Amino acid sequence: MNVVKLRELAHSRTGDKGDTSNISVIAFKAEDYPRLVEQLTVERVTAHFAGLLDPKAGAVRRYELPNVQALNFVLPGILKGGVTRSLALDAHGKALGAALLDIDV
Amino acid sequence: MKTLRIGSGAGYSGDRIEPAVELADKGALDYLVFECLAERTIALAQQARLTHPDAGYDPLLSERMRRVLPFVARGRKPGQKRLRVISNMGAANPLSAAREIRRIAAELGLQGLTVAAVTGDDVLAQLNPEQLLDNGASVGELGDRLISANAYLGAEGIVEALSVDADVIITGRVADPSLFLAPQLFEFGWGQDDWEKLGRGTLIGHLLECAGQITGGYFADPGVKDVPDLARLGFPLAEVDAEGLAVISKVAGSGGRIDTATCTEQMIYEVHDPKAYLTPDVTADFSGVSFSVIAPNEVRAQGAAGRARPRTLKVSVGYLDGWIGEGQISYGGPGALARAQLAREVVQERLKITGVVFDDIRAELIGVDSLHGFELGSRASGEPWEVRLRVAARCADKAEAVRIGNEVETLYTNGPYGGGGATKAVRQVVAVASLLLPREAVTPRVHLEDAS
Repeated sequence: MNVVKLRELAHSRTGDKGDTSNISVIAFKAEDYPRLVEQLTVERVTAHFAGLLDPKAGAVRRYELPNVQALNFVLPGILKGGVTRSLALDAHGKALGAALLDIDV
Repeated sequence: MKTLRIGSGAGYSGDRIEPAVELADKGALDYLVFECLAERTIALAQQARLTHPDAGYDPLLSERMRRVLPFVARGRKPGQKRLRVISNMGAANPLSAAREIRRIAAELGLQGLTVAAVTGDDVLAQLNPEQLLDNGASVGELGDRLISANAYLGAEGIVEALSVDADVIITGRVADPSLFLAPQLFEFGWGQDDWEKLGRGTLIGHLLECAGQITGGYFADPGVKDVPDLARLGFPLAEVDAEGLAVISKVAGSGGRIDTATCTEQMIYEVHDPKAYLTPDVTADFSGVSFSVIAPNEVRAQGAAGRARPRTLKVSVGYLDGWIGEGQISYGGPGALARAQLAREVVQERLKITGVVFDDIRAELIGVDSLHGFELGSRASGEPWEVRLRVAARCADKAEAVRIGNEVETLYTNGPYGGGGATKAVRQVVAVASLLLPREAVTPRVHLEDAS
């Protein structure tokens, strides 16, 4: 199986609540979903965002939604200080999902 | 079987208005819902109310009502389909918002409309100093920096307003999906503990609450995910049956797209555990949801479930938390990146030399590392043609925050070659934290403005 960028297999949207982001990863085709389940582990997503995550805020969590061929990643503390206090240009972290699509699968 | 048509007229306070008018006119709707309250909107609105007692509702309330009330009035004529409007645009002042809606109806010569306000979300007076916030601080520690405390109400107050026949219902803080669940509860007579149906109705609310985000807004990625006619994006409507099953669609001829991909993105948006989406009305379970396309731009949603609602209500607490000072300046052409990096180093050193006091700081290069940091940002290949330095710091003291932007601005005549377009700004931080209250502590109340 060729290694490709996630962007070729899936799309994504990021949501925010307080200082926590959630990033959905949705396979374009149902047949690619098992590959995402196998390869997009919590460990790999944590490593991808290592420079942005706050290790004190708790571990990244992953939820599976097989009916809609999707994974949902929850990243506590990544919106440092939360949307309302953050110094970040993108305080909501809206663009985080796009960054995840650059991961190799 | 009786069905209901519920449209979504706004996904946030500043949203486009014509798509709501299009829905009101051509959507054959029973209900048009405007969701306009982000996390800290009420805290900001409360500040406005402190300076002017009639203020504190959504800045676009008047324009939205001026545009859609004529369709509400049309629906009251014999042979026409009745249209009712529900919105949380009351923000920090639903009673004043209701008076404004009455004023606009009178100005437009529209008679016989009943306007109701739902209050009870403001729990500021009920907090005690020992209560702990999710950020670890206590209410007492906030002292006079405390601005607002609003509980997320459920559908209950809106249902009561519908049962006294209000045409327009204006609320403060109500959980977003509850604005949409209320008309389903009212029209279908679902029990308040019929968790399965409440879970289904909450899914529909969640799918609709961000308006254009399910009809192709926030979705387009040219060549990968194309969306037609974003400039004329249609807002969504759901046709719901008494079992809580729905078809999501939009007005024919409007821009955008609705398919399983747009619906799935919105279903997971701002959800953590899909088995436990907590609202004041129900613990909804979206884990079994599936979507099927039944016609172009028409998608059936099914499979949501529910369990008993939480015993507590979430309360958003707004408080003042210092100041953010910020400055920006651009560098362009060959060598822009190295000059912007030098500018960043100069500002950081200047802040040390001059002893500016701050709690937290970011100094980043827009176009290089501002969104995702240096590690991910360095995946791009080639030198950027233009780079913009941005320095932002949170300071307890306003005077210190002012110095951040000043130190960026002085790069004009004291920094590297070729800087342009410097800007600076200072803003007060209105932060939001949350706590939980037992639901018995909160009582929604319905107020009717006299019909004319």
